[in-house]
Amino acid sequence: MTDNILINVKNLKKHYNGGEVKALDGIDCEIKKGEVVVIIGPSGSGKSTFLRSLNLLEIPTSGQIFFEGTDITAKKVNINTHRQKMGMVFQHFNLFPNMTVLKNMTIAPVQLLGTPKEEAKNKALELLERVGLKDRADAYPSQLSGGQKQRVAIVRALCMSPDVMLFDEPTSALDPEMVGEVLDVMKELAAEGMTMVVVTHEMGFAREVGSRVIFMDEGKILEEGTPDEIFNNPQNPRLQDFLSKVL
Amino acid sequence: MQYLSITADLNNFLEKLHHVFIEKDRYLQMLTGLLNTFKITAGALVIGVIIGVVIAAIRTSYDKNRESMALRKGVTYYVLTVLNAICKIYLTIIRGTPVVVQLMICYFVIFATAREGVPVAIFAFGINSGAYVAEIFRAGIMSIDNGQFEAGRSLGFNYLQTMKNIIIPQMFKAVLPTLCNEFIALLKETSVAGYVGVMDITKAGNTIAGRVYNYFIPLFTVALVYLVLVMILTKLVGRLERRLRKSDR
Repeated sequence: MTDNILINVKNLKKHYNGGEVKALDGIDCEIKKGEVVVIIGPSGSGKSTFLRSLNLLEIPTSGQIFFEGTDITAKKVNINTHRQKMGMVFQHFNLFPNMTVLKNMTIAPVQLLGTPKEEAKNKALELLERVGLKDRADAYPSQLSGGQKQRVAIVRALCMSPDVMLFDEPTSALDPEMVGEVLDVMKELAAEGMTMVVVTHEMGFAREVGSRVIFMDEGKILEEGTPDEIFNNPQNPRLQDFLSKVL
Repeated sequence: MQYLSITADLNNFLEKLHHVFIEKDRYLQMLTGLLNTFKITAGALVIGVIIGVVIAAIRTSYDKNRESMALRKGVTYYVLTVLNAICKIYLTIIRGTPVVVQLMICYFVIFATAREGVPVAIFAFGINSGAYVAEIFRAGIMSIDNGQFEAGRSLGFNYLQTMKNIIIPQMFKAVLPTLCNEFIALLKETSVAGYVGVMDITKAGNTIAGRVYNYFIPLFTVALVYLVLVMILTKLVGRLERRLRKSDR
């Protein structure tokens, strides 16, 4: 089953101020194809740093990350081609405000993959239809609600046909009534077999959709297991304490 | 009587105007001056913007990637460190000395053998403007949310592609009013081109004034020409701004 492994993280460390602050302190983790890995933990536990290291938005201090068999932390690796295969969704959407929804979605496939404009547009419209936003294709991001923005951000990443989707607290900046619409899109994506790594505070989502849950604190993975194991039978006292506060 | 005296004044003024500009085709000198002012401003603008973009790109690349590059210690890190230092020296020298002095150094020292003043003036004002435009662009780039960089990079754009496709268009919109300000300043600064014998509009007005022993009409005409040019420029930039604001609704 080893060739099923999409991302393999080995002893990943991220230190600041010459080791004074250890945002990541030796992470080992395997992510298999089709898995939905949910990372939970208190704020400052390093979960976002870990997620952002996976596509090297954060450069780790040491350790290795193998993506589809290639060590992307190696100096000679062209990270840009690998990032094309790793979609990312941000807490604050980060849509390009000067472009329409459609342009937001087509710019990367047209410029980077050489997809013909018409084809990219059709694919974008198809994806927009699936998330119920086809009629907003010509709108600018400032004209959308938070939930709509995040749905656009998700389909923008999907336009590159990624092999894995990384979600960095995708619902944390949303009004409560908009959280559901974004989670629904993510659930649908998971049901289609997309490999996903999700940092979130939505425990309901973790429980329902996650195939595996990772609990992090102080830059370490303290416990991991199925949602059932993590939520119904937590072993680590820190996890027990965390769950007692958030559930 | 009152009416008569006004017409008499008017006639007198028109006569003077005729004497100043029409006699001996002196208006041609004004036109030559206007054309040279145009040439110098436009040429310097192009040079300034090119220098500005390059320097702003180098300086922000260095600032934004310093930490991650230092970790990897690649060749680009050292190249960028040197380039950044050169840019800083350029900015310090150009912004620390008056443009007239720079112009005279260019004309009398660096290009001492030059016969034509206009190309030298374009060069000097271009180099000067580049320093200011660079800082305007740099401020613009720094004002764009880092999330835009990250979004671009996460889609697979490399640093330069992210700059070109995502950051620069947004930056341009943000800095347009400040940039317009710099263009206006540049246009008016070219009025010192006469120091190196270039016949710009100011020099033309001054020359005519000396010839006809009348300073009032030529100098006010020169002032009016600058004023109209600046007003046209402001109008054009305002229109461009409104077009770029389309996405803010």
